[in-house]
Amino acid sequence: MLKPENKIFKNLYNQFGWEIDSAIKRDDWKNTKNIISKGRDWIINEVKSSELRGRGGAGFSTGLKWSFAPKEVGSRPHYLVINADESEPGTCKDRDILRFEPQKLIEGCLIAGYAVNAHICYIYIRGEYFNEGQRLQDAINQAYEKNFLGKNACGSGWDFDIHIHYGAGAYICGEETALLESIEGNKGQPRLKPPFPALVGLYGCPTIVNNVETIAVVPTILRRGAKWFASIGKPKNTGTKIFCISGNVNSPCNVEEEMGIPLKELIEKHAGGVIGGWENLQAVIPGGSSMPLLSKKICDTIKMDFDSLIENKSGLGTAGIVVINKDQDIIACMARIARFYKHESCGQCTPCREGAGWMWRILDRIEKRKATYNDVDLLSDVTKQIEGHTICAFGEGSAWPVQGLLRHFRKEIESRCREEPLIKKKLNNPYLVDQHLLENKNA
Amino acid sequence: MSLKKIHDDQPKEFKFSNENLKKAEEILKKYPEANKKSAVMPFLYLAQKQNDNWIPLAAMKYIANFLSMPYISVYEVATFYTMYNLAPVGKYFIQVCTTTPCLIRGADKIVKLCKKNVSPNENEISKKGNCSWMEVECLGACVSAPMIQINENYYEDLDEKSAKEIIDSIIKDNPLKPGSYRGRKNTSPEKKQSLSEENYA
Repeated sequence: MLKPENKIFKNLYNQFGWEIDSAIKRDDWKNTKNIISKGRDWIINEVKSSELRGRGGAGFSTGLKWSFAPKEVGSRPHYLVINADESEPGTCKDRDILRFEPQKLIEGCLIAGYAVNAHICYIYIRGEYFNEGQRLQDAINQAYEKNFLGKNACGSGWDFDIHIHYGAGAYICGEETALLESIEGNKGQPRLKPPFPALVGLYGCPTIVNNVETIAVVPTILRRGAKWFASIGKPKNTGTKIFCISGNVNSPCNVEEEMGIPLKELIEKHAGGVIGGWENLQAVIPGGSSMPLLSKKICDTIKMDFDSLIENKSGLGTAGIVVINKDQDIIACMARIARFYKHESCGQCTPCREGAGWMWRILDRIEKRKATYNDVDLLSDVTKQIEGHTICAFGEGSAWPVQGLLRHFRKEIESRCREEPLIKKKLNNPYLVDQHLLENKNA
Repeated sequence: MSLKKIHDDQPKEFKFSNENLKKAEEILKKYPEANKKSAVMPFLYLAQKQNDNWIPLAAMKYIANFLSMPYISVYEVATFYTMYNLAPVGKYFIQVCTTTPCLIRGADKIVKLCKKNVSPNENEISKKGNCSWMEVECLGACVSAPMIQINENYYEDLDEKSAKEIIDSIIKDNPLKPGSYRGRKNTSPEKKQSLSEENYA
């Protein structure tokens, strides 16, 4: 259990007010000038030794990412881009940071911008968060008034400007290269990597893209020291994390906790327990909809950090926990997630564009008890054909939840299937072969 | 990617109002001189706001000229992103989140309510009250599920009763306040015990 004095986001529910003056009372913008005066290498090393991992889903080391930016600014300027395009079903942590802790984000932007040699920062907010964007703009204006931003920001000798760019309802723009395409005024379709954005990013210039929560914790880490941050949680999975607990729990909420907290403790202590009691739990999606679900047996003991979840063939992702109890039809839930991916696929790579809809149609058939046993194998095959065959990780994101369903609920699925209606035996035809050719051979 | 239907009845001309021209100048300052194409998304928002919450083809042509980029590129962007409306929507535009976290807490009941009280089909302007509704994907307020967005505001922690009150209020053109409808503070846990633990500073 996280001690209150170790919490980073003290105003997560807006108990104390979001304005800059009350933020300063909570130690935001304290010693920022000193921190910056210690230099780039010190900042990057400190973030590296705190073992902070990106909070946007992939869990990549933040310090390492920053060190990929060229040390000297060449002919092209550097950019810092903040990913506030939070659209992963189950996740709503960044919204609260934008609304109630904007100064943490802004201060983090200045420090990160200095560390990667960027004078300009774009914050990409999803279009639906219009009010949150306005709040952030107010907060940015307040920071300009106090000279924390602009020329010689915060007395550090570094010029720094922050601009907000609104998205317009495309989940795929949460992928970093799609996000850059979107800022450039194109359709949000991901780019091939390499080259990575750290070398060729926004407008072809070196660009570092970070999640809101990652950047917002940086000032506190630097103020209180990397050792303090690394002492919370587990080795390689350090620090605190905002967990969003939604679904069939008695009091869904956002809560900041240490990494590696047991899932059961998180749900029972903070979210008031599963509706109908722990025994009524059916499954949990641990990290936003793209992570495979966990069965109840795993949920009994699982700890919430990157590595423990990977061991159980899932992932921490964005830590958006969706609790599903036994009153729900698990297949309907996952079919709805498949529909989400069908809707949000950008259409660039064929396996994802066609496969996402295909998975949804099969799951829909299973839900309505119209599927055959062959459909189950077909479904499994489709997920394998999508995974690893797309430009961005959206392919995995859409295939993994279905694979998780197949892994843990195969019996439930098969109980809803039936034999091929016309031929009363199992067919073993590979689905890519033209059916009329098979008929000839049989004849 | 979403399917979008271009409205049949298109206005012939479109121009930014003087006020929006000033805003457009401000927006252009955010981006490097050589990359003014970046302003296409904010410009489409401006056009949408100016034209009763939908974007006519004339506005896309106007923006293309304004930013000296091909018309098709603007068209591409406007059709790719779901938040640009290419046909008229109601003065109160209700978006019901129906992705899994909202679904398992009863978003389907709100959809039924909309069908009954607003209009039988999505994207159809109601006869009384000038509203329209549609199902959308995750709006990013999952711990406050089920929720709806009306224009720019989030209405959270709904149930059938409160959702009906809200829909009735907008039909009467007197919308209720956005926010949580279970009376909690933002996304905090509702249990009292946890709240008292928060009281430090």
